[in-house]
Amino acid sequence: MSEKDTGTGFMGWIDARFPLTKMYEEHLSRYYAPKNFNFWYFFGSLALFVLILQIVTGIFLTMHYKPDGDMAFSSVEYIMRDVDWGWLIRYLHSTGSSAFFIVVYLHMFRALIYGSYQKPRELIWIFGMFIFVALMAEAFMGYLLPWGQMSYWGAQVIISLFGAIPVVGDELTLWIRGDFVVSDATLNRFFALHVVAVPLVLLMLVVMHILALHEVGSNNPDGVEIKKNKDENGIPLDGIPFHPYYTVKDILGLVVFLILFSVVVFFMPEMGGYFLEHANFVPADQFKTPEHIAPVWYFTPYYAILRAIPDKLLGVIAMFSAIIVLFLLPWIDRGKVKSVRYRSTTFKLLVVILVISFLGLGYLGALPATETRTMFARLFSIGYFGFFLGLWWISKNETTKPVPARVQ
Amino acid sequence: MNKVLIIVTGLLLPAIGLAAGGEYAYPDDKIEIDWSDKAAMQRGARSFVNYCMGCHSASYSRYNRVGEDLGIPEDLVRENLIFTTEASGAKTKVGALMKNAMTPEYAEQAFGIVPPDLSLVARSRGVDWLYNYLRGFYVDEIRDGLGVNNGVFANVGMPHVLADLQGLQAPKYQTVTDSNGNEHEVIVGFDLIKPGSLSKSEYDQTIHDLVAFLDYIAEPYKQTRKNVGTGVIIFLLAFLVLAYFLKKEYWKDVH
Amino acid sequence: MSDEVDNSRRRFLTAGTMVVGAVGTGAVAVPFLKSWSPSARAKTAGAPVQADISKLEPGQQIIVKWRGKPVWVVRRDQKALDTLPRIEDELRDPGSQQSIQPEYARNEYRSRKPEYLIIEGICTHLGCSPSYRPEITTDFQGGFFCPCHGSKFDFAGRVYAGVPAPTNLTVPPHFFISDSVILIGEDGVV
Repeated sequence: MSEKDTGTGFMGWIDARFPLTKMYEEHLSRYYAPKNFNFWYFFGSLALFVLILQIVTGIFLTMHYKPDGDMAFSSVEYIMRDVDWGWLIRYLHSTGSSAFFIVVYLHMFRALIYGSYQKPRELIWIFGMFIFVALMAEAFMGYLLPWGQMSYWGAQVIISLFGAIPVVGDELTLWIRGDFVVSDATLNRFFALHVVAVPLVLLMLVVMHILALHEVGSNNPDGVEIKKNKDENGIPLDGIPFHPYYTVKDILGLVVFLILFSVVVFFMPEMGGYFLEHANFVPADQFKTPEHIAPVWYFTPYYAILRAIPDKLLGVIAMFSAIIVLFLLPWIDRGKVKSVRYRSTTFKLLVVILVISFLGLGYLGALPATETRTMFARLFSIGYFGFFLGLWWISKNETTKPVPARVQ
Repeated sequence: MNKVLIIVTGLLLPAIGLAAGGEYAYPDDKIEIDWSDKAAMQRGARSFVNYCMGCHSASYSRYNRVGEDLGIPEDLVRENLIFTTEASGAKTKVGALMKNAMTPEYAEQAFGIVPPDLSLVARSRGVDWLYNYLRGFYVDEIRDGLGVNNGVFANVGMPHVLADLQGLQAPKYQTVTDSNGNEHEVIVGFDLIKPGSLSKSEYDQTIHDLVAFLDYIAEPYKQTRKNVGTGVIIFLLAFLVLAYFLKKEYWKDVH
Repeated sequence: MSDEVDNSRRRFLTAGTMVVGAVGTGAVAVPFLKSWSPSARAKTAGAPVQADISKLEPGQQIIVKWRGKPVWVVRRDQKALDTLPRIEDELRDPGSQQSIQPEYARNEYRSRKPEYLIIEGICTHLGCSPSYRPEITTDFQGGFFCPCHGSKFDFAGRVYAGVPAPTNLTVPPHFFISDSVILIGEDGVV
């Protein structure tokens, strides 16, 4: 199956002009990945798949969608009803956005527990974080496009957050909206950013993320550098070529993912109101706020942090800090041991606190606030930030288990 | 570690969720929609064009699509479902969107509000809500002009257009105490004070059919979606077997 | 690496996965390609249209919009009909063998009733819309003239030889609901 760089024939002609075989080898057939990847390592390739899915379905939606305050809502229903198979393309896109965040959150969690952000992979993590932020921007702006009640009021609330910035806040929100309220002007610019600008940035960042990864090599569940143990040909002893071993494995993962994804797309596209919110089946009405505004589930943890703090500016600061602190993770963690397998019990406990806090915040952010819930949200916010503080604290002199020389 | 975590969050989360008090609404019944019962949906379509479309539209839906999906021949669609005309005076085309004759401006003047489009109401409100709402009108003299209120949607601006069928009912109240210790007077039942042309069970059936139609019209492709989905998943399961053996075969090399 | 690699099994599984994967990908492509076909809205807009011809005087033309295209309805007077057999030698396809029309319009008049010509006003050369030239002069026996590239057609929409348009103008499906109303876009039951 694999091509040999014979330097003759058609491939030879190409290779003399474009490094096709070289790239194929560098990134696939001679990219040596650790042989001990486990379940958590599926989510990188799945994220790439979902990105492509979103781009393709998005392009086809653009062919029928109208970015116009008077027509946007009905053009979406037009896609759902009048365009042949339009419902499928739209559900693939709407489910895809939620799938993207599920996959990316799991991918990030993997990096967290196996220390994939630690030296020398800080830049991979930073690029990844930029992807995450771009993805949030992409999702936020895309959510305005159906122009339903949740689209409208969600955008109104999130844009108003910028109003908390001292001095320039009000001017800034006005500038972002291009009008005194969220309006056609806002819709139009969000459309442009959603379909052109942010996807370009995303693609570029994904390329940088993968290039950085292939430069230093993949981490693994043991957190051992496989490049330290090479055979006489310079091939890592614990490494296997990405192609065919991880291509066949990732295909298997992809099929499992597709089955779960299809169950949602075909049998529960609203996912109980979490993937497509009920209020978003009502056209945007700038005189009537829905009784209960909740962002889509993937933003709810941050929304819960925002609401937990009884001061507008501080709330916004806390919310943005929750993301900024993730950027700093490679320097917050001062430990030398990467994998959770060889780290201290305190580290494991901190991870448990982080996960509970994050899920708890996500759950609370989707519900209307009550006194009890706000109290819990504060508790979970402390848990969330407590993880980073605790990690910084314990990682200086952490009692770790001995790390093996080779992968297990 | 992961299991403990799942159990802990699983126990914790519902507890928080339940802390909020529920809303009081009467009636509070559940409804089952059988998508294979085209006859019910046809009857619902008939009720919809007769009773609802005077004020409401289903402006994302097309007459001929409804006919096709519910098994109504085109000439019967023209005869029994289309009561509007085009600007030229000719009867609305069978492929047209189900818009009523009322302009939003007129509606705004007449009712103070534009009656909402009902194409998607089953998705925004849910079928149970609709079933209860349409059975929840009761006599309320305080409300000028309308004379009715609703046990599900308090102070709704819609008149009881089905009063001829259902008759008029008066609420029975009871005082309940919520979890915070506050007392509320809530509706727990209705007394029929003026019978309509239908019995209670006939009326419930009529509303059931109407809601079935509204459910259909909110997502006309729902059945197709599920059928395609079944095929896709069967295909993927077959592919899964192949992918599994392929992976296993190659990974024999890795020790 | 192991020596006991079963290459034939490997080849079989690889080929199998690739074929099934290709079938799957192909199946996924279908909905995307189909989303380009005319939507329910376009089909409704393209539904057959009625035209009232009761007020059409001999020699007059009306233009009806069908599927976004101009369709001409011309009531031909006797003078115009008389030109048709006279000029057959100058035409490229007088018998309409290479042209598009319903079977009932494959005749000298290219219509159901000689008096009424119902024809798409789109030049078969490059899609311009020709203009109606009812005047019969010595150089041009009347008909339609396309200003874009000078194609000429007679009163039955038949193309002259020696002009760029390759075939006669297209006759759309149509039928007479009554003497005064025609339906364009449907053959009807005869």
